[in-house]
Amino acid sequence: MPQTLYEKLWQDHVVHQQEDGTALIYIDRHLVHEVTSPQAFEGLKLAGRKPWRVSSIVATADHNTPTDHWERGIEDPVSRLQVETLDANIREVGALAFFPFKDPRQGIVHVVGPENGATLPGMTVVCGDSHTSTHGAFACMAHGIGTSEVEHVLATQCLLQKKSKTMLLQVDGALGKGVTAKDVALAIIARIGTAGGTGYAIEFAGSVIRSLSMEGRMTLCNMAIEAGARLGMVAVDQVTIDYLRGRPFAPQAAQWERAVAHWRTLRSDEGAEFDRVVALSAEEIGPQVTWGTSPEMVVAIDACVPDPAQEGDPIKREGMTRALTYMGLRANLPIREIRLDKVFIGSCTNSRIEDLRAAAAVVRGRKVAGSISLALVVPGSGLVKRQAEDEGLDQVFRAAGFEWREPGCSMCLAMNADRLEAGERCASTSNRNFEGRQGAGGRTHLVSPEMAAAAAIAGHFCDVRELL
Amino acid sequence: MDKFVRLEALVAPLDRANVDTDAIIPKQFLKSIKRSGFGPNLFDEWRYLDVGEPGRDDSKRPRNMDFVLNQARYQGAQILLTRKNFGCGSSREHAPWALLDFGFRAVIAESFADIFFNNCFKNGILPIVLSAGEIDALFALVEATPGCRLVIDLERQELLCPGGKALPFAVDAFRKECLLNGWDDIGLTLRHAELIKSFEERRRIEQPWLFA
Repeated sequence: MPQTLYEKLWQDHVVHQQEDGTALIYIDRHLVHEVTSPQAFEGLKLAGRKPWRVSSIVATADHNTPTDHWERGIEDPVSRLQVETLDANIREVGALAFFPFKDPRQGIVHVVGPENGATLPGMTVVCGDSHTSTHGAFACMAHGIGTSEVEHVLATQCLLQKKSKTMLLQVDGALGKGVTAKDVALAIIARIGTAGGTGYAIEFAGSVIRSLSMEGRMTLCNMAIEAGARLGMVAVDQVTIDYLRGRPFAPQAAQWERAVAHWRTLRSDEGAEFDRVVALSAEEIGPQVTWGTSPEMVVAIDACVPDPAQEGDPIKREGMTRALTYMGLRANLPIREIRLDKVFIGSCTNSRIEDLRAAAAVVRGRKVAGSISLALVVPGSGLVKRQAEDEGLDQVFRAAGFEWREPGCSMCLAMNADRLEAGERCASTSNRNFEGRQGAGGRTHLVSPEMAAAAAIAGHFCDVRELL
Repeated sequence: MDKFVRLEALVAPLDRANVDTDAIIPKQFLKSIKRSGFGPNLFDEWRYLDVGEPGRDDSKRPRNMDFVLNQARYQGAQILLTRKNFGCGSSREHAPWALLDFGFRAVIAESFADIFFNNCFKNGILPIVLSAGEIDALFALVEATPGCRLVIDLERQELLCPGGKALPFAVDAFRKECLLNGWDDIGLTLRHAELIKSFEERRRIEQPWLFA
């Protein structure tokens, strides 16, 4: 019987299955960061248990780390203790790789894993972070877990799971100039809603997906969780294999060919059946901008802020009204007239080299508008930063008036000093526009790196296609 | 983990859809390396009029008296009633820890986000899914009935309303068993240690590159 990619991955990891369908699933890769692991390591120790397989662990500090003045260390004592706790835990138990604060390869865990070849096709990848869905771009079964499950994986190398339903998200056609993977992700969320993927593993397929780079596929899978799906994935093709060749933890020599032969089977079979199929056409997707406090509150750049009065569902209408009040926006305002205070280019969604190249191409030879108080570029990792500097992208950003920072999660969730003040409005390449996400009272608009760059130059949203 | 068998408690209504885990417990409180102490900062940005920071005395902060959990009639509530897609966003288990630390043992909603739903069971919190119509009716009941208490009987999978109306609810059989007994997942899994070892050995031979 033809199988979906998800079914193949599931079957390949079942250690034991109970009668009710609950299965013990083996975990190949465990990504660890400082925020969701301390209580798990403590729990392990209190129970007198040892980690099952430390060579499955790749760890880095990312959420709390500052993005400037590294010579001063971490000045917030609460953040510092959390980062030092990770250092101590990893030193004690060990890991395949650890990239602590200031290490040249430190960075956002979802950028660091793939770029080091520590995320390989066919793996189960887990992390105490919802954006672990990112790794599905490599045909992995990858999802976020809570801290109790972090401890469970440390202790047993397994998780108790129920099989998800499957959804095929087919995107065909050709993306227009200035339309990116981020816009595809937001357009999908606009279509199915932030709970549309709840209970599903989504496979992204179609000619648009095939045409995306690994960076673009990671952006798309990263946002699967914003559509409610813990897992997003893309089948293996030549793009996947070419990306992995030569990466530090990718298989070498004789094992490479064997691995590649296996990886090529990691796609849904012809005729495989999905529980739900959703199709989008590339031609209907333009650059997207969120206007509210949920990623599903999103429209194209040439649209206006929606009017709650036009919404029939009373709960949705109430949510829209509350969002407009929080965002300080009025219904029917053209998106292009929304003026901004800050711009953030970074996060596990959009901080890879391709994102920085795309933003720099918009910025080159232009200046950040005087009304923008802060325009930040935060590379996803030390390796991305170095690559960008080798290509001179840092100079492009700096010359335009952007600040060029050290890697980390930064203003995506504002656990460090990078944040919005109450009432400030930001064009952000991150993944969540929830109330307070980038700082209490801050107002977030999610966009692609190109659109964020264009907004920084104009001081308000504008259609990046007019600048290209 | 504390057992969950039967709960009779006051209900607090949080009439919003898509409540995300950033709203349940804002990021600045995630810097803690402990599992407890998050209760005073549950829904921090909605509960207080100022911005909370870890280590502050929250009892002295100005409260938003319009927020439901600050209203006198809902003090001591252990059941939270809310709308669809509760717990969306970040996987932070600090969200169920904060709910538990505040005193909630059950959340009733039209739907839950997957990771949050799973995290609840690991902490002895019962998430109950009811239909949109049943949720609407419960909101109306709670609004109309000061001191409205519900009984949750996990064994019978029933929610009992004042006046005796019983609403059945579904729960995964294995998760129910774990809650009723307060079982530790890790202990259960380690009973299969030999199976895990043999699976791992086979995998190491078949896909050695995964074990570099």
